[in-house]
Amino acid sequence: MTDTLMPKLSVNANDPGAVAGSPFIEIENLSLYYGASKALKNISLNLDEKVVTAFIGPSGCGKSTLLRCLNRMNDLIDGVRIEGSMKIGGYNINAKDVDVIELRKRVGMVFQKSNPFPKSIYENVAYGLRLHGVKAKSDLDARIEQSLQGAALWDEVKDRLHTSALGLSGGQQQRLCIARAIAIRPEIILMDEPASALDPIATARIEDLILELKKEFTIVIVTHNMQQAARISDRTAFFYIGELVEFGPTVKIFTNPAQKRTEDYVSGRFG
Amino acid sequence: MNAPATKNFRTDKFDFWSFFFSGLTGLATLFIIGILAVILGNIVWNGWTGISWHFVSTIPTKDFFDVKTTGVLPMIVGTAFRVIVMTIFVIPVGVITAIYLTEYASNTSIITRIIRAAVNNLAGVPSIVFGLFGLGFFINFVGKNMDAVLHNTSAVWGQPALIWASLTLAVMTLPVVIVATEESLKAIPPGLREASLALGATKLETILKIVLPQALPGIMTGGILAVSRAAGEVAPILFTGVAYYMASLPSHLSDQFMDLGYHVFVLSTQSPNIEQTRPILYATVLVLLMLTFALNIVAILIRARVRKKLRAMH
Amino acid sequence: MGIHRGHQARPGEWLAEKLIFLISLSAIGMVLLIFLFVAREALPVFFGQTDTALIQPVIPTAELDRHSPAELQRYLELTPEQFTTMDKETIKTLMDVKIEALNDIPENFRNDPDAKINTTEWKYLLRPHQWSGYEKPERIWQPVGQIKKFNLIPLFVGTLKTTLIGLLFAVPLAVGAAIYVSQLARPRVRETVKPVIEMLSGIPSVVTGVFALIVMATVLQHIFGYQTRLNAFVAGIALGFAVIPVIFSIAEDALTSVPRAYTQAALALGASRWQTAWQIVLPAALPGVFAASVLGFGRAIGETMIVLMVCSASVMSWSIFDSARSITTTIAAEMAEAVNGGPHYRILFMLGALLFAATFVSNMIGDFVIHRFKNKLEGKR
Repeated sequence: MTDTLMPKLSVNANDPGAVAGSPFIEIENLSLYYGASKALKNISLNLDEKVVTAFIGPSGCGKSTLLRCLNRMNDLIDGVRIEGSMKIGGYNINAKDVDVIELRKRVGMVFQKSNPFPKSIYENVAYGLRLHGVKAKSDLDARIEQSLQGAALWDEVKDRLHTSALGLSGGQQQRLCIARAIAIRPEIILMDEPASALDPIATARIEDLILELKKEFTIVIVTHNMQQAARISDRTAFFYIGELVEFGPTVKIFTNPAQKRTEDYVSGRFG
Repeated sequence: MNAPATKNFRTDKFDFWSFFFSGLTGLATLFIIGILAVILGNIVWNGWTGISWHFVSTIPTKDFFDVKTTGVLPMIVGTAFRVIVMTIFVIPVGVITAIYLTEYASNTSIITRIIRAAVNNLAGVPSIVFGLFGLGFFINFVGKNMDAVLHNTSAVWGQPALIWASLTLAVMTLPVVIVATEESLKAIPPGLREASLALGATKLETILKIVLPQALPGIMTGGILAVSRAAGEVAPILFTGVAYYMASLPSHLSDQFMDLGYHVFVLSTQSPNIEQTRPILYATVLVLLMLTFALNIVAILIRARVRKKLRAMH
Repeated sequence: MGIHRGHQARPGEWLAEKLIFLISLSAIGMVLLIFLFVAREALPVFFGQTDTALIQPVIPTAELDRHSPAELQRYLELTPEQFTTMDKETIKTLMDVKIEALNDIPENFRNDPDAKINTTEWKYLLRPHQWSGYEKPERIWQPVGQIKKFNLIPLFVGTLKTTLIGLLFAVPLAVGAAIYVSQLARPRVRETVKPVIEMLSGIPSVVTGVFALIVMATVLQHIFGYQTRLNAFVAGIALGFAVIPVIFSIAEDALTSVPRAYTQAALALGASRWQTAWQIVLPAALPGVFAASVLGFGRAIGETMIVLMVCSASVMSWSIFDSARSITTTIAAEMAEAVNGGPHYRILFMLGALLFAATFVSNMIGDFVIHRFKNKLEGKR
């Protein structure tokens, strides 16, 4: 997908920081402190483009915190301090002169609890587009239809685009949030337990959608659900109390983990 | 002796203290509600006969104690005028302060604590002190200096005027607007802000497009409460702009004005014959009460809805 | 164009944020300004720069040259600018006028020892004084007439009288109602009663004043049978109406914020509802109830119109059935007739400054106690 409005991070060859062939997201020796306590401990991790990576681990292991580092949502919390480097497409996103707004345009996010704006379905998707300069009605209409189709929601809502988004079911709301995120054509989509509040049918639809989205987007998903990670992800990273224990192809993590702790966790012995 | 007679859970002993204290506190509650009912009842009962179209639409002569010809139009206009000018000043400042406190400031920073302490204090300053402040600051300092700068030969701004009364009231009602706006800003789910920021909106865009539209009912409550509080206040305007009598309606910010609350005070304490002028006193009180009370009830209803929403979320 | 675009890339955003911050400081600015400008007008009293003595020492016009310009300027009560613009003749005329003015003072005052004293000195403001024509030393507030008497004690007594009556009336009622509404009433009742009591705070104080003046004064006189129809007692009760909603909502809030775990533990042990309220909730919420009363005091001491309408004679008396004049009332009633910048004006501002200080302190205490109380309940230190 190309867009003249927003040059892609990964194809910016003019920047000396972008080295061709290097991994898309490079996390090196990253530590994060909440005040005095260290929530992430020296994490190093490389993620590839157009691949689904799952972060798994027990509650409080730091997987969500790491996810929120990728679009710097942790900036909103008082007293958070980050050490080490985190590069996307060769750019260090924690550098002082990085425009967080620009970063978040390219790194979209879907939250655990669906959070549509209390506006119409149409306005929900249009919000991000308008922010980034899409003004003409015909452009908006086209992009909104495209996004809703991309989120497998179009057929269900095309007749009531101008009714409140809060009237949708939980699963539909979450897909609307996905549509809203993909409407501005990010390169990476972060998903923070996107299906944890949904029933099994709605969850299945979201999972199908993720497999579909993988063709165009790099996806990082945090999940509590081991089967879900196994079903949809290509790579899996297992975290435990702020440390990255093991990272590798999903198949290997679930069938033949290198670490005892990983094996205990994926086989359900703790967590 | 007998074994315990009752096998069921009913107690056969009358619990005197329970009855006594529940009754006592219940009576206190009833008594307060009774006071409210008696005050309102008394005023409505005695006041409604005096209200007529003539009464609310007439500019009285200097002898406004005359029951037949008097009217309260200049007082209604004066009160409305000063309250509207006040709103223009207090709403933006109050809302922006609340936005800073909830959206930008860190709760632990010293400056935030000082701002909060100042707001609390401002809320506790007696209204008469606001009047003194208006006289000492707005009239004797700002106004006199304005006259000096503008080379006015006679006092234009350096004397009691509508603008000074309105500004004094704006300072007085600032905490009301801040507190109500803050309450409604806090009621907005943080998820909405996150969603907007994650879409690449700036903080300002998020506040303007997502947060403020959601907070509108709360801001309205704050504004209405401020208006209703200010409309009934007399002490702060005594030295800053109110007039005993004016033959015409106020038309300029430097004019003095007549005022409903002050007029109530004049009618009840300076009447040559209190028995005879009682109908117009009650009618004026009723007009004032309708103005402030209607606003108050609207504010209480909106606030109750906002609070319900807040509770449903947590 | 990559993501490298610094904060300077959004000057509008930066500017808006700074502006929002600056505007949010206005509350601090206002408190400082209030303090500054009320104190500014009152300071001359504190520094003894006001003088009300009717008979000042006279400088005969002939002795003009024996005095320094600074002395003359002060003597003629002129500003330095005015003084420098005047020639010698004008000054002479002014000095003549001064002497004539002195001669115009009625004979009986010229021989009065009180005419020579400055009544704005602290000893006359606070201590009783043997005024001529009075039988014994007395404290008198009488800011009009030839000899102005500014004793503050009658006003303090008047303020305390009305405020304390108001609190004695309001605190038990408001706290009782708060206990009932927060602990004993059914939720349905609570949801209706709370806003109704809050409505009481929506009644403007002039309206309460009218009600007290016309209805309550008569009714209370019938019940208690005292002499003066309008007195501190009536004013105090009416003042109570005004502070009930303040005390009620803070006390109710404090009582509600006692964790439900406490009450449920007590109820599970078989305590009745009121036993729980009395033995568990009220002690836990006591600081909050105390703070409510302190804040109610701050509200009552600052209330103006009710006392102004109901009673206003300044007599020095502790009896609650006598009239009383509070500080607020005095300011409201007399500011209009006080000469801008004169001693009376300055003393009224000083009263305002004292009032500001009193409410400032009571609000600080109230807020501090509530803050600590809430932190304690939440387990913070």
